[in-house]
Amino acid sequence: MWLALYLSYITIGKVSNMGKNLVGNHIRKLRFNHDEMTQQQLADKAGVTRQTIVALEKGNYSPSLELAFRISLAFNLPLEEVFFYGDTTNLKKQ
Amino acid sequence: MTYQEKKSIVSLISAIFIFISFCLYMYPHYPEGGLDSSETFRYWGFFILILTVVSIVAHIVISIIFNILFRITTREKEPTFADELDKLIDLKAHRNSFFIFIIGFVIAMGSLFIEQWSQMMFIILIASGFISDVVGSLSKLYYYRKGV
Repeated sequence: MWLALYLSYITIGKVSNMGKNLVGNHIRKLRFNHDEMTQQQLADKAGVTRQTIVALEKGNYSPSLELAFRISLAFNLPLEEVFFYGDTTNLKKQ
Repeated sequence: MTYQEKKSIVSLISAIFIFISFCLYMYPHYPEGGLDSSETFRYWGFFILILTVVSIVAHIVISIIFNILFRITTREKEPTFADELDKLIDLKAHRNSFFIFIIGFVIAMGSLFIEQWSQMMFIILIASGFISDVVGSLSKLYYYRKGV
């Protein structure tokens, strides 16, 4: 039982780290282009808290597919124009 | 600092405050007599049960006070729902917290096996419960600040 618990702990940790910082986005830029939409306004449209938008813009969180679609819909843009998959290091530095 | 980060800090401070206050209150009530007397077991049972109830009630009261103060100071409404990030962070914080408690539980059982001293088991169990609570709050704070 303890071994199973430990293994699940390690596995969850590894799985959760697998996609870390690999999903980037242009949310900050898009908000600015959409009449300087506030984080709270985008959060309300996407059905999340402002904290989540902050985390997304900082690159601290990779959203679920459903949330990614909801944010894209909020900007009336296709998914790939809001999110991209790849190295986000350069984006973070900007 | 966001609402969730502030809430994690308040939760952390309140957990430490409640535990220390309760321990200071209960310490003078420790029964005299043998270490393994039935009165001592009753004391520890009472300690754990009352600590659980007091913690829950105090956390609720502190949370309500915090929300009122948050509204007054920031003129913002606290989030009324938990989104996917909140749920993920909650899950990870619970995982860390649970893991710490299980380690404490194993050590408590080990102490029974080695020491044959039941008091130590209760002390380790209570301490691991407290540490797991603190780790849970710290984990939340960490994940909200550093991301998941």
